[in-house]
Amino acid sequence: MADFIMNHYYEIAAIILFGIGFMTLLLHSNLIKKVVGLNIMDTAIYLFLASRGFIEGREAPLLIGTSVSESGVYINPIPAGLVLTGIVVSVSVTAFSLALIQRLYKKYHTLNLDEILLLAKKEAKK
Amino acid sequence: MSNSNNTNRKSQKPWEKFICWVNGDTVLEDGPRKPEEIPDGRKVTVHSEENTIEGTPLSHIRKFRKFYIAASIVICCAFIGLMLFTTSQMPPFGAVDVPTNNEVAEKYIIDGVKDTGAVNIVASMILDYRAFDTLGESTVLFTAVMSVIILLRKDKDHVNDEEDLRILEEHRILEERPNVVLKTVGFLLVPFIFLFGIYVVLNGHISPGGGFSGGAILGAGLILYANAFGFSKLRKFFNFKVFTAFTSGPLLVYAGLKTYSFYTGANHIESIIPTGTPGAILSGSLILPLNICVGMIVACTMFGFYSLFSKGEI
Repeated sequence: MADFIMNHYYEIAAIILFGIGFMTLLLHSNLIKKVVGLNIMDTAIYLFLASRGFIEGREAPLLIGTSVSESGVYINPIPAGLVLTGIVVSVSVTAFSLALIQRLYKKYHTLNLDEILLLAKKEAKK
Repeated sequence: MSNSNNTNRKSQKPWEKFICWVNGDTVLEDGPRKPEEIPDGRKVTVHSEENTIEGTPLSHIRKFRKFYIAASIVICCAFIGLMLFTTSQMPPFGAVDVPTNNEVAEKYIIDGVKDTGAVNIVASMILDYRAFDTLGESTVLFTAVMSVIILLRKDKDHVNDEEDLRILEEHRILEERPNVVLKTVGFLLVPFIFLFGIYVVLNGHISPGGGFSGGAILGAGLILYANAFGFSKLRKFFNFKVFTAFTSGPLLVYAGLKTYSFYTGANHIESIIPTGTPGAILSGSLILPLNICVGMIVACTMFGFYSLFSKGEI
C-alpha cells in the first residue's frame, strides 16, 4: 500500500481531483458551480497525462545547443500535445456552456437547475 | 426588422417564422410575452411550502433527491476505486520501460529535427506530424466563438431589456471617466505584452511556446487595452469585420497550407519548402506560418469571448 502511494502519488492526486470535480458536477444545482466542477475534472486529466509522460532524470524535448538527438535524453513529447488539445477543448466547452447559462439566466432569472427545470415544465404546460 | 415582425403575426409564412425563430422572437399566436411575467417563478423552489409541485407530491421529490445524492456518491466512489485499481497495475511514476514510451515517441525525438527542421519537438509534433489534429483544435475554437456570437451578440435596434440598458450605461460611464491607475499601467504594459506575445508566437519552433500560448498572451493584451482605453478606441482598428477576417482567414490559410503538405509530404514526394538550419528563426518549413495562423485565431477567440461576455458585441 505504502509502495503504491509512493510510486503513484501524481496519479492518485489526479484521481482524487477528478472525484472532487465529478461530485461538484453532480451534487451542486448551481450551473456555474457545475462548470467549475467540469474544469476541475479537466485539470485532473492534464495532471494524469503529464505524469504519465514524465521519465525520471530526463529533460524537456528541446534540442537547443545539441545537433544530435538521442532517444535516451528526452521525456515523452506525446502527452504534451494531448494536454494542449485538452486545454483548447476545455476552453471552448467552458465558453459555450457559460454563454448558454447566461441566456438561461436572462430567461428564468435564476441559476438553480431545479428551479429552471420546474419553470420550463410550467411553461410547456401553458 | 424583428420589431416589425411582431405586428403582422397572423400572416406568417414558414420562412418568416424561421427568421423570427433565428432572431429569438417568440412565434406563438398570442403575441410576444411581456417581460414582467417572467420573474414570478422565482419563489418556486423544490423546498417550497406547497404540498405538490406540478402534480408530484413533495415527499416523492424529497425522496428522489435523497436517492440522487446517495447514488451519485456511490457512483463516484466506485469510479474512483476502479481508477485507483487500474493505476495500481501501471508501472511506477517516472519509470523508463513504460509501454507509452514506445517507438512513436522515439521516432519523433530521433527524426524530428531532420524531418521538420524544428528544434522544439512538441512543436514539430503538433504542427507537422500531427498537424491535422491542430487544425481540428483551431476549428473547435472557431466553432465555439461562432456559437457564443450566436448566443450572446445583441441586436442593436432591439435593446429594450432593462439589464442590457444598465450594462450599456455602465460601459458608457466607464469610458467617460476611465480609471487613472488602470490607464497608466495599461499605457506602460500593453506594448510589452504585445511584443512578448509576438515573440512567443514567432519563436514557437525554437523555444517553448507557440501559437496557442502566444495567442493567449496577445488576447490578454487586447483585453487589457480594451479595459484601459475603452472599447470605442479599440474599435478603430479592431471591429467586427477585422475580427471575422482574423478568425476565419487564418483557418482557411492553415487548411490550404496543410492540404499542400499532405499532398507533398504524406506521399513521400519531396517537399519544395526547405527545412532550413535547425535553431534559426527561418526554419522548420511550414511550422512558423502555421504558428502565426494559430496565434491569430487564439488571440481573436480569447478577446471575442471576453468582449461578448462583458458587452454582448465585438
